[in-house]
Amino acid sequence: MKLDETILPLLYMLAAIGFILAIKWLNSPATARRGVIVGEIGMLLAVVGTLLRFEVVQYQWILVAFVLGTAVGIPIAYIMPMTAVPQRTAFSHACGALASALIGTAEYYKGINQGPALTSVEMTALIIETLLGFLTFTASMMAFGKLQEVLPQRPITYKGQNFVNLGVFAAAAGIGLALIISPERTVLFPVFTVLALTFGVLLIIPIGGADMPTVIALLNSYAGLSASAMGFVLNNKLLIVAGALDGSSGFILSIIMCRAMNRSFSNVLFGAFGQLQTTVASSEARPYRSASAEEAAQILDSARNVVVIPGYGMAVAQAQHKLREMFDVLTKRGVSVEFAIHPVAGRMPGHMNVLLAEADVPYDKLREMDDINPEMANVDVALIIGANDVVNPVAETDPKSPIAGMPIIQAYKARTVMVIKRSMNPGFAGIDNDLYYMPNTLMLFGDAKAFVSSLVKELSAIARAA
Amino acid sequence: MGAYEFDLWVFMLAAFLGFQLIRGVSPMLHTPLMSLTNAISAITVVGAILLTGEKEASTLSRILGFSAVFLAVLNVVSGYLITDRMLKMFKKREPAKK
Repeated sequence: MKLDETILPLLYMLAAIGFILAIKWLNSPATARRGVIVGEIGMLLAVVGTLLRFEVVQYQWILVAFVLGTAVGIPIAYIMPMTAVPQRTAFSHACGALASALIGTAEYYKGINQGPALTSVEMTALIIETLLGFLTFTASMMAFGKLQEVLPQRPITYKGQNFVNLGVFAAAAGIGLALIISPERTVLFPVFTVLALTFGVLLIIPIGGADMPTVIALLNSYAGLSASAMGFVLNNKLLIVAGALDGSSGFILSIIMCRAMNRSFSNVLFGAFGQLQTTVASSEARPYRSASAEEAAQILDSARNVVVIPGYGMAVAQAQHKLREMFDVLTKRGVSVEFAIHPVAGRMPGHMNVLLAEADVPYDKLREMDDINPEMANVDVALIIGANDVVNPVAETDPKSPIAGMPIIQAYKARTVMVIKRSMNPGFAGIDNDLYYMPNTLMLFGDAKAFVSSLVKELSAIARAA
Repeated sequence: MGAYEFDLWVFMLAAFLGFQLIRGVSPMLHTPLMSLTNAISAITVVGAILLTGEKEASTLSRILGFSAVFLAVLNVVSGYLITDRMLKMFKKREPAKK
């Protein structure tokens, strides 16, 4: 009885079941950690199953790579601060995509030099694998650079940019096709590689920080599809299934992100948001009201319910822990405090939830946009921290605005709106926010973290006096 | 039915299963979802092991395979650990403290 034909395929199948259950159990925070464990077991079975295969005879390099990968992976997972999660995600997409591109490359040269020769079906899968792998690698590194602020976050555009990008992509696809037709033209493979790598860079250059959630999700999808394509080359169902799960996950997330901005894929990738309306009627000073921490604290203290709407600015200022203190103080005073999370708040899907959870905000206080909007009219205070476009009523009122039609958290319906902001300068998108000039809006000027901590101080003082 | 046709069926069904599963995931957990699926797609480690461990692999195969094993293991290890670290933070009631 040969192990390779009996036991090992079963191990792969169990691994696939583990992955499926891992994602299934992520539907609720209560079962999610169990999901991670079955996912880990699945991966372990797959690795053991592969190491036992008869083709695998040289273990020393594999072992060294395992030790090195683990040695680098553990510190990344534990030392990295939660605010760096978007960067880490982009970086891991880059690693995953590069791994599958490198394997594709090696398989190609193996097929050419040692045989067996690759069939045209295998060659097609291999070209898809390496194309997606290489372009996702550079694109993710660019995204990483922008998120880490090594590269400018602002979208960089020039005339004819889309033309150049599509041209490079068409060239890569064309050469890929030529390689599928006649794989022995080995001189084309390096050209193909360089074009795919270049396209990845070009793809991210015009993308601004606010579009990162969509782009990261899309890159997630590409990395998965690349792994799935590898399954076709190696005729391995486990790779196909795991890659397809990752591919569809990234794809759905990017659709959700696009919907949450009322934009299409092509608009995100080729639209260069934020360049559209840099000239706003900022010359005419519109009246607004501002308040001190003391005044704001009194209003908060006398409210029945408060909804906090966080955005990327909260992450930048690291204000989540101070917010949790404010949550504690207000809750003790009998004020109901909830957090309203817009799907695209932050730099990746679910970014705000992770930061607030890290600060120990109970997750049943985190509410989704569609869920809380119908209740906004009954909210005493909407407190906005570091969010801008996602609460801008212009999206509902002005069809000419660049964000027209984007679903927003309807903060303007609350009885009192408070906005913590450094100054009246419009944000990066350059779109003026009508919310700031409404009669029931109070501007609270200052750094998000500093202001919330003075709010906490004032609130505690009120609590002590009472 | 050719091998590739069978593979395509597997892919199609897995993609639909993926769509259904992901729809059920709470938006609150989208960040852990992404790091988990990222760790899962590091299943490419299978391909990398096969390549690196072969008896008469060329030097090129060995080098590329070695790098791929390293990158995939890095993703597996950091992906699962960080997903767990994130999920641990999602608590319903805050711990009772004075």
